[in-house]
Amino acid sequence: MEIKLILNGKAVTDHIEADTLLLDFVRAHGCYSVKRGCETSNCGLCTVLMDGKPVLSCSTLAARADGHEITTLEGLQEEAADFVGFIADQGAEQCGFCNPGFVMNTIALLRENPDPTDDEIRQFLAGNLCRCSGYEGQLRGIRNYLDQRGGRHGI
Amino acid sequence: MAYRSVNQSVRKKDAMQLLLGKPVYVEDIVPKDALVVKLLRSPHANAIVQDIKLDTALKVAGVEAIYTWQDVPQTRFAIAGQTYPEPSPYDRLILDRHVRFVGDPVAIIAAENEKAALAAMKRIKVTYEVLPAVLDPRTAMDSEILVHPEEDWYPPCEVGGDNKRNLVASGVEADGDVEKILADCDIVLDHVYHTKACDQAMMETFRTYTQTDRYGRLHVISSTQIVFHCRRILSRALGIPKSKIRVEKPRIGGGFGAKQTAVCEVYPAFVTIKTGKPALLIYSREESKLAGSPRHEMQMHVRLGAMNDGTIRAIDLHTLSNSGAYGEHGPTTVGLSGHKSIPLYTGRLEAFRFSYDVVYTNLQPAGAYRGYGATQGIFAVESAVNELSEKLGFDPTVIRDKNMVREGMVMPAYYGETASACALDRCMSRCRRIFDWDARYPVRDMGNGKVRAAGVAMAMQGSSISFVDVGSATVKLSEDGTYNLILGAADMGTGCDTILAQMVAECMDCDVDDVAVFSADTDVSPYDSGSYASSTTYLTGKAVEKACSQLKKQILTIAAEMLECDNTGLLLFEPKGIRHMWTGRVATLEQIAYKAQCFNTHPAEATASHTSEVSPPPFMVGMVEIELDKETGKVDILDFTAVVDCGTPINPALARIQTEGGIVQGIGMALTEDIHYDCKGRPMESSFMQYKIPTRLDMGKLRVEFESSYETSGPFGAKSIGEIVINPPAPAIAHAIYRATGVWHRDLPITPEKIVMGK
Ligand code: FES
Ligand code: FES
Repeated sequence: MEIKLILNGKAVTDHIEADTLLLDFVRAHGCYSVKRGCETSNCGLCTVLMDGKPVLSCSTLAARADGHEITTLEGLQEEAADFVGFIADQGAEQCGFCNPGFVMNTIALLRENPDPTDDEIRQFLAGNLCRCSGYEGQLRGIRNYLDQRGGRHGI
Repeated sequence: MAYRSVNQSVRKKDAMQLLLGKPVYVEDIVPKDALVVKLLRSPHANAIVQDIKLDTALKVAGVEAIYTWQDVPQTRFAIAGQTYPEPSPYDRLILDRHVRFVGDPVAIIAAENEKAALAAMKRIKVTYEVLPAVLDPRTAMDSEILVHPEEDWYPPCEVGGDNKRNLVASGVEADGDVEKILADCDIVLDHVYHTKACDQAMMETFRTYTQTDRYGRLHVISSTQIVFHCRRILSRALGIPKSKIRVEKPRIGGGFGAKQTAVCEVYPAFVTIKTGKPALLIYSREESKLAGSPRHEMQMHVRLGAMNDGTIRAIDLHTLSNSGAYGEHGPTTVGLSGHKSIPLYTGRLEAFRFSYDVVYTNLQPAGAYRGYGATQGIFAVESAVNELSEKLGFDPTVIRDKNMVREGMVMPAYYGETASACALDRCMSRCRRIFDWDARYPVRDMGNGKVRAAGVAMAMQGSSISFVDVGSATVKLSEDGTYNLILGAADMGTGCDTILAQMVAECMDCDVDDVAVFSADTDVSPYDSGSYASSTTYLTGKAVEKACSQLKKQILTIAAEMLECDNTGLLLFEPKGIRHMWTGRVATLEQIAYKAQCFNTHPAEATASHTSEVSPPPFMVGMVEIELDKETGKVDILDFTAVVDCGTPINPALARIQTEGGIVQGIGMALTEDIHYDCKGRPMESSFMQYKIPTRLDMGKLRVEFESSYETSGPFGAKSIGEIVINPPAPAIAHAIYRATGVWHRDLPITPEKIVMGK
């Protein structure tokens, strides 16, 4: 079948098998930031934005993206670069394999709630597993970013 | 001591690449037209393949080849990443007619795409002769069912194994007369503790790509911690010379020891050897859980003898370790269950005995997981000490103050090594203070069905394997006066590439940004055992120091010619060049580097190796506060506070993240990460749906501080940190749960069901 979508701002038309997953589709189109960590929708590594909302691309058919706008980390380099340096300062990127999904979901969070509390951050990102960092360093990084831009919920 | 580059929280060199999602992992960088490799796995725990029919499978369009036991070399090998001769028995074939666990590979399928490979897999018809299986490690030894009856089973080292008894290894070590001291003690605790085969659950599953390089050699790109061991393993398994193999690793999506075993490399390598074509094997999460390389399940029998005043006089520990269907890491992991637990109580210990048996079963083979046996042993011994304190009515931190190992003590249970750098006592007092132990240790009923309680545990580990591991580094001067650092160690996310670059910067008096790092490739890197056994900072770090001092000499030699000076003792090494003390003339590093490339015989590079006769333990104290719901048995971690003595933390930010990550893995092991087998021996927790690793809602506040000793044998006083950090949570949490409920849980994980049922 044929689908047409906007991938990171560019119009893409492609022929796909009906059972192609969005995850495999975006990787086939060079978006290697999108990772697979499980087969059961449990890890959040494959998070991309569909029309601005985070979705798990491992459990979304590529066909469902037809007519929609898909954004991966490749398309949000500047928005991400704005805050990920704060995570780098904590050393919390560690192996990095969970980072793209986590960064995408953080972007979604900050667009929806520009000044979240620590608990709101934990809740929103609860579906993004990380086996390396123990999560605290990621939180410290986001918190430092929010603080330097004048967030009100710092402690 | 004030340092410029070490002991600083420098950003990891690959940080922004990783955070911005650049293609740096195996699957991102290899050609897309590689053959897809899939493995057909045994549904039986113990069976002989009677017959395999491939004809219809081979007819599937896109299938390149299917291999079975009849096609592979018949030399047994071990896949454990260990120094030769490996303590692990040679008990594997690439494909064996005798399959020994649910998930043991039966056939290798190579196809143009995944769909074809999976379609072919469904069409392979296998007839098995199903055999009775050994599913209980407690009855495995001397069972009439043998996991490895074969005559060509071969142990390269004498470790007390016997395949005709289902024994991978066995042994006893002792100092003093344990039975006599125990008989003389006021109180002897006698308990059995049990830990499960936890999964490392690194986010990037096992994966390997193989191709034929431009010299016709096998080129392997793998997510591995052990490029050199991997080359040796492949050479033996495939029957090809090491000179015909090159192994490299790109960035690794986590390892935690899982990738210290060549879990999946042989399969695509075999396909490439047979077909000449590139091949890629990526394990699904389910495969990683069914046929990975998890922690050894252990049952530990502790007898702890003490006096009524809290003096701990004797420890007798027997560990039964379940190696599963193959023996990789079996003989060595078990050793740590005693070597890294008993010495914590060197203070007043008069005698100890540590005995062990490691058995084969028809369950998933175990391997290396952060902590490597110490985690299990420390759960048992630390729990026993907590039980002793509660029984005698002592504050458990006070009993530890009385008995713990202290700087300068000789540790008979730790190879007779001296605790040359040990701040365990300071870790304890600092942890007690920042956690506010005195206020939080008493149990508090919150009046809403919830109880708050606290627990404590200590831990140790080693720093490299003494007399065995080798770390190496090459440092080269570049034309612009910057440096290249080339390593065989594997940064799996921990940041060792950066940590070692910080050491170069410190030695050469330059910026960390002036050091470019490369690792690891068997064709390019100097030999290094690899990143495991808490060795990289301590051992490879020392090699970096040595290489730098050799390079300095080389640079001075070249500069001496340029400055027309025949005594290098008159030359001063300064940040941007070499200055002649008397003449004041300077040769800049840039000039020296260019000189090195023109009419010169002195290399502007140096390689050094390092090995150690000691394995200095890092130490740690962890304290936890929990809130336990008496109705549901649910445990919430409110606060985990840890103080670590890793010697000098070379990069405090990274040391802290290591600690936090290890603690959270330890919390998972204590509370949720469970493995059950069905009646056929298949693990039921085969996805993240059932195998619950902690999310960011499952850990409370983490507080980590460092209380440093100075280890003179390590680089800049450093010891290790990577592994020790997973050890304290399980015993500390079990302790807090006892405080809240009055029940000791000696079986991990401690689930709400167990808490509610009170057993
Ligand atoms: S890959 Fe795990 S949730 Fe999508
Ligand atoms: S950084 Fe490795 S899984 Fe998150």
